[in-house]
Amino acid sequence: MSAAAAAAVVEETAVGEGASGAAVRMNGTPVATGVALVYDRLREEERLLFDAFERLRIPFTPVYASTLALELGAGPQPAVVLERCVSQWRGLSLAHAYEAAGSAVINRPDVIRTCGDKLATSAALVRHGVPTPRTSIAVDRDAALAEAERLGYPVVIKPLVGSWGRLVARAENRAAAEALLEYKEVLGGPEHKVHYLQEYVEKPGRDIRAFVVGDEVICAIYRTSEHWITNTARGGKASDCPLTDDLAELCLGAARAVGGGILAIDLVESSRGLLVVEVNHTMEFRNSITTTGVDIPGRIAGYAARQLELRA
Amino acid sequence: MPMLDTPYGRLDVDPTGLMLGELLVTDEGAELEVVALDPLRFELAPEEAEDWGE
Repeated sequence: MSAAAAAAVVEETAVGEGASGAAVRMNGTPVATGVALVYDRLREEERLLFDAFERLRIPFTPVYASTLALELGAGPQPAVVLERCVSQWRGLSLAHAYEAAGSAVINRPDVIRTCGDKLATSAALVRHGVPTPRTSIAVDRDAALAEAERLGYPVVIKPLVGSWGRLVARAENRAAAEALLEYKEVLGGPEHKVHYLQEYVEKPGRDIRAFVVGDEVICAIYRTSEHWITNTARGGKASDCPLTDDLAELCLGAARAVGGGILAIDLVESSRGLLVVEVNHTMEFRNSITTTGVDIPGRIAGYAARQLELRA
Repeated sequence: MPMLDTPYGRLDVDPTGLMLGELLVTDEGAELEVVALDPLRFELAPEEAEDWGE
């Protein structure tokens, strides 16, 4: 049954259920509850997840987030919600609403909040002793420039919120840092007046992305690029990265630091060893399935199914 | 495959297989998002926003 057909079945069978359609019937078998896969933009990842849920015969409901309105605490709501919104604020808001109604949300709102804020992520990593590049904040441009001098050029200036490498800049010297900080402040919004500075880590033309599902690191890739920003969304090439014990232990530590769940950990290889740079809470994986040979959407669906069993 | 006329160009799609949130590109290059299925309704897909990502 296609995901579209699954949605149609929900409409036929979920009369009296919540707007998110907690009841779903798969292959003719009525199921009281299922996993609600909440999304706002149908990316390749969401299609792969729908396919995985169908293939593994895990009851699920595609829930289009853009038109949702949820009264806090009103039910019934799905037992398990897999939050996959591309908009962080939309995903965080819905995660709060579903959690208030008693749903188990993957990932939990506190995890989304931490991972969606680079400063909160760095603070969590440092607090839990996870190796990460030296990071500073400053709430004043002059203080930021002084801190950049102390960290040493080149220095990386990042927005507190953002993904896919957007607005991440490397300042080679004080003049570049001054221009970047001024530009950032002109962008408006209080978050742009908090300056996040990070030491620039020389890396061997690549970084590592590892995929964590619950208590397991399921696979990892190298992202190779001639550009210092190596995101595959920015053209970085993916290749398989062997999972060593050290890498797995570090990634699980990073995942625990932000609250756990289904996460992508970005790391760089430095002269001080592996350093965790970011933790992503709504990971993209389309370029990593063939590369690693790991059924990433299937592993995610399986994890959601286990949460469903725990709620039964 | 049926052709659907929209204010932003024509779409070559099977309306019965569409999903909410799906992105489609018209023959004039406009990116549309499916925002309703019954009746079928499209809107111009939003540009990338600051809080979008992983």
